[in-house]
Amino acid sequence: MQHITVTVDGTEYQSEVEPRTLLVHWLREGLGKVGTVVGCDTSNCGACTILVDGQSVKSCSMLAVQADGCEITTIQGLSTGDDWHPVQTAFKECHGLQCGYCTPGMVMSTVDLLTENPNPTEEEIRDGIHGNLCRCTGYHNIVKSVKYAADLMGGSK
Amino acid sequence: MIPAKFDYVRPSTVDEAVAALVAAGEDAKVLGGGQSLMPVLRLRMGEPSVVVDTTRIDEMKGITDAGDAIVIGAGTTHDAVTKSDLVRQHAALLAAATDTVADRQIRHRGTVGGAMAHADPAGDQPPVALAMGASFTIAGPSGRRTVPASEFFVDYFTTAVGPDEVLVSVSVPKHTGWGAHYEKFNRTAQAWAIVGVAATVRMDGGSIAEAEVGLTNMGPGPVKATAVEQALVGASTMAAITAAASHAAEGTSPNSDIHAESDYREHLARVLTARAVAKAAGIS
Ligand SMILES: Cc1cc2nc3c(=O)[nH]c(=O)nc-3n(C[C@H](O)[C@H](O)[C@H](O)COP(=O)(O)OP(=O)(O)OC[C@H]3O[C@@H](n4cnc5c(N)ncnc54)[C@H](O)[C@@H]3O)c2cc1C
Ligand code: FES
Ligand code: FES
Repeated sequence: MQHITVTVDGTEYQSEVEPRTLLVHWLREGLGKVGTVVGCDTSNCGACTILVDGQSVKSCSMLAVQADGCEITTIQGLSTGDDWHPVQTAFKECHGLQCGYCTPGMVMSTVDLLTENPNPTEEEIRDGIHGNLCRCTGYHNIVKSVKYAADLMGGSK
Repeated sequence: MIPAKFDYVRPSTVDEAVAALVAAGEDAKVLGGGQSLMPVLRLRMGEPSVVVDTTRIDEMKGITDAGDAIVIGAGTTHDAVTKSDLVRQHAALLAAATDTVADRQIRHRGTVGGAMAHADPAGDQPPVALAMGASFTIAGPSGRRTVPASEFFVDYFTTAVGPDEVLVSVSVPKHTGWGAHYEKFNRTAQAWAIVGVAATVRMDGGSIAEAEVGLTNMGPGPVKATAVEQALVGASTMAAITAAASHAAEGTSPNSDIHAESDYREHLARVLTARAVAKAAGIS
C-alpha cells in the first residue's frame, strides 16, 4: 500500500491505496465522489475528466498514487453552495445533455477549455471537447452550451 | 477493468529509475504519461510486476536551447511542447504534429518521450523526429548513449530502448525559419492518423531549397520520404510539388486494416504529401 495526500474539491484527504488503483476508482469508492463516472476501458470517452493542478485529465488514465500531492477538482467541486458554476448553468439552459452520462466530463472539459481560451470559435469548441464522447445529443447543444458558458463568463449574458 | 497487481516505484533521478529497472528484471515497465500504458494495463494486455513512474524526475522535464539543437526532456508533456516558444521557433513541425495528437486531456498528461518510446506506427511525432534528424539520449546500466532517429525506430512498437533503459531526452536540430505543416487524414471520432505527412522546408526566394518529409502509418515505423525530399529541391510551383509528391509511396509498406487498404494508403501518401509541402512552402 502507498500513502497519499491529495486535495479534492478543497478538502485534504490522506489515504492508503494499492498502486494499481485508478484515480477515478479512488475518487468514487474511496471518497464517494460518484459524480465522476467511467465510460470506457480505452481512455477514449472522457466521462471521467477532472482537473489535476488546474488541467483536464482523464482520471481513469492516472493511478491514484500519482495524484499524491496534487490538487483535484471534480464536477462536485464546481458549484458554491446553491450557486452553480456558469458552465453548469449553460448546459441546463441550452439543453446540453440528454441521458447526462457524459455531462460531468463535458462540463469539466469546458471549464478547462474556457480557462485557456475564454472566447472560442465553434471550431475551437469542437476541437476542445474532442476527447469527450456523447452517445445522445449529436453534440449540437453541447457546442451551444460551451458558447453560452463563454458568454456568461465574459458577462455578456 | 482494474489492472493486475504490480509494485510501484517513483524514482526522482534517472539513475534511480535505471537501478529500479535493473532490480526488477525483464518484467518491469516505465510509466511516462500513461496515456498508452494505462489502457494497456486496464485491458490487461500487459501485466508488469513492477511499474517505474518517471513523472517526477525533474531532469526529464522541460525544453532547453542547446545552441544548434533544442533538447526536449522525455517527460515533457505534449501540451508543453505545443506551447513552447523554442519549439515553435526552431522545430515548428514538431509543434504542428503534436498539436494534432489525441485531445486536450491526453496532451496534458502524455509525453513526447512516451510517444517516441511507444513507437506506434500511427503516432504523429516519430515521423517528425525521423524527418528532422533528431537524436535520442538513452540511459542504461552502463551509462548513457545517443542514438540517431534512423536507428531508434526499429519495428512495430519497438525502439532501441532496452528493457532496463530509460529514454531521457530528444534532441531536435534547429530548423529556424523553415516552413512546416503536418497534414493528417483521420476519422472524425478518432485522432489516430490513417496516414499523416510531416513536411518542413527551407525556402530561398520563391523556391524550395531543402525539404524534409516524414510519413505516418505507412509501414511498421515512421518513414523518411527521401525521394520526395530530393525531387522537391528547386520546386517553386504547385505542379512541381505534385510531381515530387508522386514519389511519396516509394519504399513504403503500409498495412491494410478496417480504415484503409494499403493501396489507398499509398494514394493518400501522395495526395497528403503534396498538400503538406504546399502549405509548408506557402505555394498554392
Ligand atoms: C484516446 C487516445 C487517442 C490518442 N490519439 C493519438 C494521436 O492521434 N496521435 C498520437 O500520436 N498519439 C495518440 N495517442 C497516444 C498518446 O500520444 C500517448 O501519450 C503516447 O503514445 C504515449 O506517451 P505517454 O507519455 O503517455 O507514455 P506511456 O503511456 O506512459 O508509455 C508508453 C510506452 O512507452 C514506454 N515509455 C514511456 N516513457 C518512457 C521513457 N521515458 N523511457 C522508456 N520508455 C518509456 C512505456 O513503458 C510504454 O511502453 C492517443 C492515446 C489515446 C488514449
Ligand atoms: S472512462 Fe473513458 S476516458 Fe476515462
Ligand atoms: S447526454 Fe447521453 S452520453 Fe451525452
